[in-house]
Amino acid sequence: MRVAGTLSWIELKLLLREPVTVVFTLALPVLLLYVLAQVFGNTPDPEGEFYGGAGPLDYYTPAYMGLVIASLGLIGLPVHIASYRERGVLRRFQAARMPVAAIITAQLATAFAVTIAGSVLLVLLARLTYGVHWPVSWPGVVAGVFAGTLTFSAVGLFLGAVLPTARAAQGIGVLLWFLMMMVSGGGPPPEALSGVLNRIGTALPLQHVVVAIQDPWLGRGVNWPQLLVLLGILAGCAALSGLALRPRH
Amino acid sequence: MSTALLVEGLRKCYGAVVAVDDVGFDVAEGEIFGLIGPNGSGKTTTAECAQALRRPDSGRVRVFGVDPHEQRGAVRRLIGSQLQESTLPDRITVGEAVHLFASLAPDPVDEPGLIAEWGLSAKRGAAFSSLSGGQRQRLFVALALVSRPRLVFLDEMTTGLDPAARREAWRLIERVRADGATIVLVTHFMDEVERLCDRVAVLVNGRIVEVDTPAGLIERRGGGSVVRLSAPAALDTGGLRALPGVADVTCHDGVIEVRGSARSVTALGHWLVVRGYGDTGLRVSQGSLEDAYLSLVAAAREES
Repeated sequence: MRVAGTLSWIELKLLLREPVTVVFTLALPVLLLYVLAQVFGNTPDPEGEFYGGAGPLDYYTPAYMGLVIASLGLIGLPVHIASYRERGVLRRFQAARMPVAAIITAQLATAFAVTIAGSVLLVLLARLTYGVHWPVSWPGVVAGVFAGTLTFSAVGLFLGAVLPTARAAQGIGVLLWFLMMMVSGGGPPPEALSGVLNRIGTALPLQHVVVAIQDPWLGRGVNWPQLLVLLGILAGCAALSGLALRPRH
Repeated sequence: MSTALLVEGLRKCYGAVVAVDDVGFDVAEGEIFGLIGPNGSGKTTTAECAQALRRPDSGRVRVFGVDPHEQRGAVRRLIGSQLQESTLPDRITVGEAVHLFASLAPDPVDEPGLIAEWGLSAKRGAAFSSLSGGQRQRLFVALALVSRPRLVFLDEMTTGLDPAARREAWRLIERVRADGATIVLVTHFMDEVERLCDRVAVLVNGRIVEVDTPAGLIERRGGGSVVRLSAPAALDTGGLRALPGVADVTCHDGVIEVRGSARSVTALGHWLVVRGYGDTGLRVSQGSLEDAYLSLVAAAREES
């Protein structure tokens, strides 16, 4: 797969040249973590009322790994795919007989590379500066990040396939990003949200990613139901994107 | 000379709309073959079916004898393509684009050589969005050629270019042919067709109404040649009508107008010289390809 390798490398470079994507995936999560650390520190709530008894930064660090993943899936990938469609890049690829597998491989490779980079950045900052605890279960965290990245890649592909233009994708993507950040564990602790907001959070994919990474991190074990929900969203979005992007003969 | 492209009985509908119907033509190896016609006449659909980018409802396509819909792998090496309204990511560089498309080819040309050949060496690290219209077209043609294709499709490649850039594009197309490739050119510009195409197919409402050389089209459909001369008093206009190739002779206010084929001009000149009118001045005008094209389109639309 020489093509897939070449395309992956070029796609990664293209993504890093896209300022909005870089800000939302690599800069904002780190910045938010920094701000929250200044506000809350990492001392658990003495009454155990918030964060399920965990230290705020132990809670937010894995949550923001989810935010990195969401940034790619809600902003980076949809804008990229919508602009490819809008500009006829996909048609050019089709005319050059670019294998569809190479295009998908390249998008996934890029998503994983950036997720890993963003996560390492977050974890290093949190660990070195605020003494965040290491995950209780590394394999569980890796599984959560892996499933989350796959799922949000499918979400991003779907959004990019159905939104009419790159501008629309960017607007809607940023809106979804803020919405999900606030109600899916990246904002106030879930215990502080009203029932309605929590229900909205449960209906959106990010909360499942956050919990799937958080639970093994905080020693609550691998959350299999959440991983299954992610697989379900993945299958649904992948099928819908395939339908929307099938070549029109 | 083998046949580079053979299209037979091509038919393609989009829903209830018939885009092309019973389209057939063949392109000889080494030829530059034009597809012209009004907007929506089926040029792009025809070109896309020929490249197996669309599946026709019926009909036969062969690219150097290969069925492009069945043998996708084999045909990938044969075809290079410049698509209408299809660009590249803004932030990809010239070098990256060439490298990407070269990685698709089993036996790609030398990348720095190709970039230099198309005058883009200085722009190798430049983003696509920073290129001028002419530079973009050169890059697109270079990308279409990176796999050493034997048949190249160029769809409206000069639309939107300024006159200087268009002429430059023409020289590039001639160079591609000189290097041995066969070219199918989809265009709206009659000057482009006249300058480049060996033969041209005229499509109207999804059907081919004429396939001929540009000169042949002008000859038959462009109103032919019109010769005007000031009539010497003793001239026998009846004799003019009998000349080979002459279609019509009119005379008013002492000016004779002779309409006919290109060879009627030769016959007329000879006839005048033999009769001692050798010093008569002739004003010859020729119908243009645009005249021929417009009359063809009008006639075809009247029929349907």
